[in-house]
Amino acid sequence: MLDRTNRQYSAGLSGGLSVAGHDFTADASGALYLDSERLLVVADLHFEKGSAFAQRRVFLPPYDTAATLARLARLAMRYRPRVILALGDSFHDSRAGERMHAGDLAGLSALQQGRDWIWISGNHDPQTPSQVGGETAGEHRVGALTFRHEPRAGEAHGEIAGHLHPCARIVAPSGGVRRRCFITDGSRCVMPAFGAFTGGLNIRDAAFAPLFGARDVVVHALGRERVYAVQVGSCVGE
Amino acid sequence: MARAPRKPKEKPALLPPHFSDWFATRGWSPRAHQLALLAQAQAGHSALLIAPTGAGKTLAGFLPSLVELSDLRSRSNRPQDRGLHTLYISPLKALAVDVARNLEIPVAEMGLRVSVETRTGDTSASKRQRQRRTPPDILLTTPEQLALLLASADSYTLFATLRRVVFDELHSIVTSKRGDLLALDFARLRNLAPAMSAVGLSATVRDPDELRRWLVRQLSPDKTAMAHLVTAPPGAAADLSMLDTRERLPWAGHGAGHAIHEIYERIKAARMTLVFVNTRAQAEAIFAQLWRINDDNLAIALHHGSLDASQRRRVENAMVQGLLKAVVCTSTLDLGIDWGDVDLVINVGAPKGASRLTQRIGRANHRLDEPSRAILVPANRFEVLECRAAIDAASVGAQDTPPARSGALDVLCQHILGMACAAPFDPDDLYREIASAEPYRLLTRAEFDDAVEFVATGGYALKTYDRFAKIKRTKDGLWRIAHPKVAQSYRMNVGTIVESDMLKVRLVRGAASVAKKTGRSSGSSLLNYPAKLASGEQKPYTGRVSRGGRVLGEIEEYFLETLAPGDTFLFGGEILSLVGIVENEAHVARAQSDAPKVPSYAGGKFPLSTYLAERVRKLISSPRNWKNLPDQVAEWLALQQHASALPPADKLLIETFPRGNRYFLVCYPFEGRLAHQTLGMLLTRRMEHMGVKPLGFVANEYALAVWSLADIGARAKNGLISIDDLFSQDMLGDDLEEWLQESALMKRTFRNCAIVSGLIERRFQGKEKTGRQVTISTDLIYDVLRRHEPDHILLRAARQDAYTGLLDLARLADMLGRVRGRIVHKALDRISPLAVPVMLEIGREPVYGEAQDQILAEAADVLVAEASSRA
Repeated sequence: MLDRTNRQYSAGLSGGLSVAGHDFTADASGALYLDSERLLVVADLHFEKGSAFAQRRVFLPPYDTAATLARLARLAMRYRPRVILALGDSFHDSRAGERMHAGDLAGLSALQQGRDWIWISGNHDPQTPSQVGGETAGEHRVGALTFRHEPRAGEAHGEIAGHLHPCARIVAPSGGVRRRCFITDGSRCVMPAFGAFTGGLNIRDAAFAPLFGARDVVVHALGRERVYAVQVGSCVGE
Repeated sequence: MARAPRKPKEKPALLPPHFSDWFATRGWSPRAHQLALLAQAQAGHSALLIAPTGAGKTLAGFLPSLVELSDLRSRSNRPQDRGLHTLYISPLKALAVDVARNLEIPVAEMGLRVSVETRTGDTSASKRQRQRRTPPDILLTTPEQLALLLASADSYTLFATLRRVVFDELHSIVTSKRGDLLALDFARLRNLAPAMSAVGLSATVRDPDELRRWLVRQLSPDKTAMAHLVTAPPGAAADLSMLDTRERLPWAGHGAGHAIHEIYERIKAARMTLVFVNTRAQAEAIFAQLWRINDDNLAIALHHGSLDASQRRRVENAMVQGLLKAVVCTSTLDLGIDWGDVDLVINVGAPKGASRLTQRIGRANHRLDEPSRAILVPANRFEVLECRAAIDAASVGAQDTPPARSGALDVLCQHILGMACAAPFDPDDLYREIASAEPYRLLTRAEFDDAVEFVATGGYALKTYDRFAKIKRTKDGLWRIAHPKVAQSYRMNVGTIVESDMLKVRLVRGAASVAKKTGRSSGSSLLNYPAKLASGEQKPYTGRVSRGGRVLGEIEEYFLETLAPGDTFLFGGEILSLVGIVENEAHVARAQSDAPKVPSYAGGKFPLSTYLAERVRKLISSPRNWKNLPDQVAEWLALQQHASALPPADKLLIETFPRGNRYFLVCYPFEGRLAHQTLGMLLTRRMEHMGVKPLGFVANEYALAVWSLADIGARAKNGLISIDDLFSQDMLGDDLEEWLQESALMKRTFRNCAIVSGLIERRFQGKEKTGRQVTISTDLIYDVLRRHEPDHILLRAARQDAYTGLLDLARLADMLGRVRGRIVHKALDRISPLAVPVMLEIGREPVYGEAQDQILAEAADVLVAEASSRA
C-alpha cells in the first residue's frame, strides 16, 4: 500500500545543518551550501567511473560524468555560488581526464566561469588532471572550518570531509529505506558522495566509529526533494 | 520435419519382444499413447505428449530411445565410439535425479546396455570432464547445464550424434525466461544434430499448439510449423471439495487460522497429506499453527524454497519412505516428482488458477484410474468465491495456463555471448538460427544487431568502449570473444533466474539454553522422529534443528534489512532472534516471542488467472449462482446487493464513501494484486492532477481502495470530475511513463534484465556478489540510462518484462479497455460489505518504494518529538 500524510502536501522544510557554528543548507542532491561565503561544497564526484569499469569489460552507460555535471549545473543555477569546492575523489582515477569527452570538459569549463573552483585532492585523484581548470589544494579553510577529503580520527573541530560515502539504513514503523546521508555531530560533518555511480558505506560501519562519539550524532538523509534529519538510533547496520 | 495438422500415414509402432515381455512381467501392457509416441519417433517426427499425472509420461518419453539403443546391431561396443544419443531436460535438478533413478529400473530389468547419467550443478568437476570426453547414452540435465555445454568448442562433437531430446514439464518451463533460453539452446542443438527429433512432455494445457510450435524449427514469421500431438486419455475425475467450515469465515488475511483444527483432523484421517499454500510466509504460519495443536505428535514437516537444500532432501526422502503424515509446502512440490503415497491434497488459500489447481491435485495419488482427493480451504470470504470458481472450472476440465511469451531481449544477449564462447559466429547464420526458435520467431534483424552491439560494448549510442569490447569482429566478418576471460565470466553468470539478494541464516548460539527455557528438548520431541531415524545421524525432517552453527536456509536480504538485532522472526518453523549480520550471513539464535515477524517473502505470489477472475465475476454477479456457496458468504453478498450493488460480470463497480475524515474510492476489477497495484499508482497520480489530494491506496487480488482528502464522490456527482475519465485508458500513456521513471518495481525489473543480459555480473572469480558488495547500484544505472538513452535495449527489455511481470500492465490495459464506458458508480454514505476485506488490508501491506520518503518523514518525526520534549 501507499500511505502519505498531509505533510507531503505542505511545503518542504529547508535542511539546516550546522557545523562549528556555521549554518549550512543541506541540499537533497547531497551538496552543502554556506550562504555567508556563497560557498557550494560537493564530495566524491568520481568523474569517469563508468569508463573505468569499461576497462574491465563492465559496460556501464558512458554518461555518468555528464549526469554528475548536469546535477552540478542545476545546483549552480539555484545557489549561484561564488566558490565551488570539490572535496576530493573528483576524478575516479589518474587517467580520468584523458577519458573525459570534449563535451563534458567544455561543460565543466562553463561551470567554472565567473567563480572560483577548488579541487581538494583525494586518494583517487592526488593530482588534478591537466585537462581541467581550477586550483588544487590539500585542504581549504574558512573561519573555523577545515575542508579536506579524508576525515581524521580524534578531535577535529569544524572538519568537513567526504571519502566515506556515508549512507544510512533507516527503519520506521512503515518500513526500511537505504539513503545517502550527511552525518554530523555539530563539530564534524562527513558528506555523501555526489557522483552518479557512487555507492555508499553504512554509517554503522566501523570506519565511522573513531569519528563520531555517541553524543548528538544526527543523520541528514537525502529524500527525493528534501533532506530528513534522523536520529542515529533510527539507523541500523547491514 | 514434422508439419501438422496433416496426419501422416503412420506405421504401427514396433515394440521389440523383450520390451513387451518386460511390460508383461510387471503386469502392465504398453499404453496407447506410449505406443503412439514410439511410432512418431520411429518415423523421425517430433511430438508433444499431453498426459495427466500417473499416465506413464516419463516412460513414454524414453521408450523410443530405449528401443533404439537396445538394437545392438547399430551400436558399437566401445562407449567412446557411441556418443550421446538422448538428452533429457528437466526444470528441476531433483526431477532429473528422480527420473534417472526410475529409468534404471527398465534398463536393469531388461538387461539393456544403456548408460544413464545426470549432470547438474552437483556433478563433480571430474565427472563433468569425463562426460564431455565419453558421454553416456542418455544424459539427464537442466536448461542451465545445457547452456554451459553449448557454450564450449566441443559442443560441435558432443552433440553431433544426438538423436533425441526430451523436454519434461514443458508447459511449466516455457512460461519463463528459462524457457526462452532453452528455446535458443534447442535451436542450436537442431543445427548441431540434424538427425535429432524432439519429444515434449506436458500436463494438460489451454493451447497445445503453442507447445507444438515450440518443439520444431520455425522457418518464416508468418507460417508456423508444428510438432505432432499425442494425447493420453484424462485420468479419473478428481474428488474435489471445499472445506465446509464450522467456524466463522474471516473477512481478510491469508492465515486460515480459523480452519486449523479442521485441517488437522483431515490430516489425521488420511494416510499422507500434502498441504499446499501459496507463499513461504503462509507455509511458516500454517506449520507453526499445526504444531501448536499437534497433540498426537503427527509427523508433520515443512518444505519451501528458502530452507536449506539438505533439509529439503531429508523431507523428500522421508516422504518417499512413507515416514511422514503431512508436509506443508509451497509450489516447490508442484512438479512431477513422485514423492510417495500421498492420498490427500489440502490447498490452503486461493487456488489462483484452474490449471495450477489441477496439477496440485494430481500430486495426490499417482494412479491414473483412482480419483485424486483434494480439499480447498479458503482463508477468507473472497477466497471462498475463488475456490468455488476453481472447483467449477476443474469439473469441466477448463485450462488457464499462461499464454506463450515472446522471447526476452536480455536472455537473447546472454545467449549471443554464449554462442561466441562456443566458436566465432557469423551474424547472418546466428540470426537465422535464433529466429527459428518459436519465442524469437518475430525477432527483427535490427533487434538482433542491437543485441550483438550490446554484448560487444554495451550498445550505447556514444561509442567510447570499442577498445574494451567483449566480442570483436574479425576480418572475415565473424564475431569472436576478445579474451578467454570473457568466456570464463560467461560461464559463471549463465542462467535466467535472478533471486532477490539472499542471506544465509546461520544458527550461532542459544540452542540448548533457549530450548530449556521454552521447555522443549530442541527438536525431536516436537517432531516425534521414528526411533530408528532419531537415533542415527540423519534426521529426516526439516523440523527444528539442534546443532549450533549450522545453516538453516536463506532469506531475502530486504526482509532482514527491516530487522534490528534482537528482533524475532519465524523461519523453518521456529522463532529466531537476529543476532547480527556478518558479511552475507544472518546470525540468529533461538528465541521466545509472542509476536515474531513473519517474513513477507517475495516468492510464490501468483496472480489470480484471468480465466478464474472472469468466473468469479460471473459467480458474484447473479444470486442464482450462489447456491453452492456457504451461507455466510451468500448472506454477505446479499447484504452487498442491498447496500450498494453487486459487481456486474462485464462492468466495473466503483464505490465512493466517506469514512473517518477521509474519502474512499473502492473498485473491484478482480485482476490480481499486481495489476491493482499498478492501477493504484496511476490512479493516485491522476487524482493528484485533478486536485482530489489522494493520500494512499491498498490493493488485494480482487479490489483496490484509494483514499483522499477531497470528497471524490461529491465531486463526481456535481460533475466537477468524471469517473470515466479517471479510469480512461490514456493513463497508460504519459502518466505511466512519468511513473515508470521512479517506480521501484520498474527498477527491480531493470535490475533483473541488467543481470540476465550480463551488464552486471552476479558472480566473479568464484564469489557471488550480494547487494552490499555491488559497488554500482542498478538504480543509478537505470536513472542515467533513462535520461541519456531512453531507447537502450535494456530499457526495452525491462519494459517488455513490465507488461507481464511485476507491473502486469498487459492485464491492466485489457481491463481498462474492457470496462470503457461500462463503469457503475455508487456514491454511498458508508462502507459497503464488499469493501470490508480490502479496507482491512490498510496498514497490513508493506510500503512501496514510491512512498519511501514517508519512512524518512516518520523517522524524522522521532527526532522532532525528542527535540520538543527537551524544550
